[in-house]
Amino acid sequence: MGIFESNAPKGPLAEKWTNHKNEIDLVNPANKRNIDVIVVGTGLAGGSAAATLAELGYNVKTFCYQDSPRRAHSIAAQGGINAAKNYQGDGDSIYRLFYDTIKGGDYRSRESNVYRLAEVSGSIIDQCVAQGVPFAREYGGMLDNRSFGGVLVSRTFYAKGQTGQQLLLGAYSAMNRQINRGKIKAYNRHEMLDIVKVDGKARGIIARNLVTGELERHSAHAVVVASGGYGNVFFLSTNAMGSNVTAGWKIHKKGAYFANPCFTQIHPTCIPVSGDHQSKLTLMSESLRNDGRIWVPKKKEDAEAIKAGKKKPTELTEEERDYYLERRYPAFGNLVPRDVASRAAKERCDAGYGVNKTGEAVYLDFSSAIMRYGKEAATTQKISNPSDEKIRQLGKEVVEAKYGNLFQMYEKIVDQNPYETPMMIYPAVHYTMGGVWVDYNLQTTIPGCYAIGEANFSDHGANRLGASALMQGLADGYFVLPYTIGNYLADDIRTGAIPTDSAEFEAAETEVRERLEKLVNNNGTKSVDHFHKILGKIMWNKVGMARNATSLKEAIKEIQELREEFWRDVRVPGTTAEMNAELEKAGRVADFLELGELFAKDALHREESCGGHFREEYQTEEGEALRDDENFMYVAAWEYTGNPADAILHKEDLDYENIKVKTRSYK
Amino acid sequence: MAKSALLKSSLAKKYWMAFTGLFLCLFLVGHLIGNLQLLIPVSEGARDTFNEYALFMTTNPAVKVLSYLTYISILFHAIDGLMLTINNRKARPQGYVNFKPSTNTMWSSRNMGILGTIILAFIVVHMTMFWGEMKFGGLDETVYTTANGEEVKDLYTLTIKTFQDAQYGLIWAIAYAIAMLAIGFHLSHGFASGFQSLGVNHPKYNGFIRKLGLAFAVLVPLAFAVIPFYIHFVLEKI
Amino acid sequence: MNLTLKIWRQKNADTKGKMVTYQVSDISNDMSFLEMMDVLNEQLINKGDEPVAFDHDCREGICGSCSLQINGEPHGPDRGVATCQLHMRKFKDGDTITIEPFRAKAFPLIKDLVVDRSSFDRIQQAGGYVSVNTSGNTIDANSIPVDKENADMSFYAATCIGCGACVAACKNASAMLFTSAKVSQFALLPQGEVEADRRVLQMVEQMDKEGFGNCTNTGACEIECPKGISLENIARMNREYLKASVK
Repeated sequence: MGIFESNAPKGPLAEKWTNHKNEIDLVNPANKRNIDVIVVGTGLAGGSAAATLAELGYNVKTFCYQDSPRRAHSIAAQGGINAAKNYQGDGDSIYRLFYDTIKGGDYRSRESNVYRLAEVSGSIIDQCVAQGVPFAREYGGMLDNRSFGGVLVSRTFYAKGQTGQQLLLGAYSAMNRQINRGKIKAYNRHEMLDIVKVDGKARGIIARNLVTGELERHSAHAVVVASGGYGNVFFLSTNAMGSNVTAGWKIHKKGAYFANPCFTQIHPTCIPVSGDHQSKLTLMSESLRNDGRIWVPKKKEDAEAIKAGKKKPTELTEEERDYYLERRYPAFGNLVPRDVASRAAKERCDAGYGVNKTGEAVYLDFSSAIMRYGKEAATTQKISNPSDEKIRQLGKEVVEAKYGNLFQMYEKIVDQNPYETPMMIYPAVHYTMGGVWVDYNLQTTIPGCYAIGEANFSDHGANRLGASALMQGLADGYFVLPYTIGNYLADDIRTGAIPTDSAEFEAAETEVRERLEKLVNNNGTKSVDHFHKILGKIMWNKVGMARNATSLKEAIKEIQELREEFWRDVRVPGTTAEMNAELEKAGRVADFLELGELFAKDALHREESCGGHFREEYQTEEGEALRDDENFMYVAAWEYTGNPADAILHKEDLDYENIKVKTRSYK
Repeated sequence: MAKSALLKSSLAKKYWMAFTGLFLCLFLVGHLIGNLQLLIPVSEGARDTFNEYALFMTTNPAVKVLSYLTYISILFHAIDGLMLTINNRKARPQGYVNFKPSTNTMWSSRNMGILGTIILAFIVVHMTMFWGEMKFGGLDETVYTTANGEEVKDLYTLTIKTFQDAQYGLIWAIAYAIAMLAIGFHLSHGFASGFQSLGVNHPKYNGFIRKLGLAFAVLVPLAFAVIPFYIHFVLEKI
Repeated sequence: MNLTLKIWRQKNADTKGKMVTYQVSDISNDMSFLEMMDVLNEQLINKGDEPVAFDHDCREGICGSCSLQINGEPHGPDRGVATCQLHMRKFKDGDTITIEPFRAKAFPLIKDLVVDRSSFDRIQQAGGYVSVNTSGNTIDANSIPVDKENADMSFYAATCIGCGACVAACKNASAMLFTSAKVSQFALLPQGEVEADRRVLQMVEQMDKEGFGNCTNTGACEIECPKGISLENIARMNREYLKASVK
């Protein structure tokens, strides 16, 4: 237990999970009442896990930094949730979902986990519908599906552009039911600042009450970390302002291995940065690429003129435009996977063809779609010889019906009318596939400490497919963890309540207190954001969409220096004994400053290109990713030894028994 | 639980408010029909018709039940309203320095309490002047003998004289009109609001209810308000 | 542009607060309102002052954290947006902007512009759920067809982000729009209908207990709601409650 072993059950792929469930130890209901579980984070994974654990009879304590579990950033997911229901009868199956996920992840994820994910996906939909999640429906009253990012079936369930919100509110309502029953105690506006280990096992946490500033000790028989991803290491990302790596990083420092930190997804369709004041980036749904055509000017002079505001994009003729995705990837065109589309945009902008004042934007143009839809509409409405004006008007109506809310959001933010002039988009950090290493039971290398959802590394390999994040969060929380955790807790039925006055709690609390005191008494000269922004720039420029050994080495050095400067010169106003947003940020940025280095180190060691990880040295002549299955078909799990630079690499080899490993091609 | 829910909860207060309010709207219609008889010139027997009507209204048992219902409704509506207002004040002990409700609400909807108070004051004056006199005293100089020989107070003459008074008639008419204006504003929110409180809200019918409410809020008080001016300026003097 | 900000400052619930005036300069049109607040806070930190505390998180209008009363209106003068989506181009150079916390007895102030909206959580806990276990052993998702129109209406009710603008805008600080949105979401679905009576009675009881005011149908909530939740939901709750209480 607690060793670096995948613990994937033996036997045929399709029977692994069933067999495993039959074999794991159970805790009888009367004993569950004597067992406490802490869940850190209340998004899709944490919220659903807390609800199910409480239903099973465990005493659950949840922690979130927001003022309510309902605000976790799962709420911002737009597109949908995959499930192998095959309601459309288009040949979907558990195996196909499994296969697509492994392939989409560029063969860097664990087969057994992904198969289980596909297997339980159907139950998620059943569950959510029973909970009253208002999914989109057809006129016949049946659930509607849409198709998503580069797969060949329609398996995505959705609730307009707010699927994440509806699923999160579903999990939140399940939590509320348990809170009402007294089985969950919710500690909102609380932040976990360390894990407490007793005899090598996770036995509690130190949390800071963000309203009063008090440090609190909470004990439990197991600790579940569901604190999301670490995209904010880039400062600018589509994550929420408060999203952080702290919980994951604290357990890493206490013995949990951190896996594949360099696997980060950069989403191609975000609204570009408008200036230095920018605090976060807004995603535009991937669905826009179904109808929008992506281009930059063919001639550099035109790009310059547009940047300087001397020319408008609409003045450029078809011949003067470079539809670079259609040019490079004729088969998939504008619908290539996220990592490919993002890199292609960066390539054009780096070459000097960017179209906004920062030079970091490409066009997403709906004019051809508007004309195409307009002509269709004119035909169906039996309008003979319609004028161009009429066609455009009809086309706009169609586009508005499909993407109206997105267009409106764009106009609010950018102040340009995307029906008249092409949208500008640019890639942005969106999701982190890497995370805390877990075994098949979702247990980290600390016994009794579990990681679920985006916080762990398990299911998406080097690249995540659209609409799979929600699926994984809920699968882990509702259907996997509540069972696998029983295997561990079965040994704890005689332990009794864990005291919080032990030396271990004392030591952990002191450590946390000293760190907080250090931050507020630092008397430096620069704000936390100052350091966070610099870290973000280093990460984006040198560890971002394309990396090479030189840039990564530079990044490691710069991050180390920045971290030193941070501890020397950061200024945190206020005290520890009050609500203090700057202090919260400071603690999170301090952790990002350590993670960032490990991130770069991981990227440097992985001498291949796969999924979201693109090393410029490893590409084909056409500029495509060059994977090295011979040497890198493993999970890189890092062990903390006191400094990110000295982290020890452990390799979990990936065996593909059921899938033939192929090169991804979208040409 | 269900029983106390219908008495004590915030929603119950709304139901009673709506229920009594809409009932009072009906009462207004009835009252208006009666008042319109004042437009008939005295030479055409107005005094007879109106006083017979007044007698009927004060003695008929069915009407009596209705009138008591009306008094109760007014009382309930006012007390309920007062309680709501007090409660609602308490719900925001610390107010805003800058609060701009005009950007999102109609004036009348925010001032139902004030409008209601004006109307209540009017009702008190109104009752003392006509109904109180009618029941308890005064009016000695004008006695009306009914068809079956009974002597009752001559409400018709009292009304007409009040508004035709050379010195105060116009002032009374104006005061009356102001009260009607308050009723109009009160109704402009209250009518549709009553339906909403009782759960009647459907995109198909909302427009109709709102328009009906506005029409009611304009026409009924207007018709009431026109009468005293007509009496003052147009109707033949008595 | 240059702006004058009048902001409510209050150290904690136990001390008295007041409006304090600040100047910010070089604000760009493209900034969001919260980015303008970031500029102010950076300025305060550099001067050695305490930054203004305010709730915010996703900054894309969906988490419902932001809770600023700007120039007398929740989420400011723009419609259909939360504060984080309000952009500075809605203001003019030289404007004075007042920024206050959402005010209600049921939203006690924590610090500066941060209020405690846990009363909303408690209303939900009183019954804002379907009592079904999360075991996954439920019936197939398509075994009960749901009328598309009802499913859509349920969805629109469910888009509520729980920000509290309805309470902040209401002259009575009433939480009817919030509560009714949740009641409606479930009442419109066959899955939620089963315990509809109990749900509406309990949620309204909790709402009253929290000290929210009564609804007088002014309609301010619907107009200020960043998600445009309709008053129809309040009427539906009125019906549901009436139905449940006469049973």
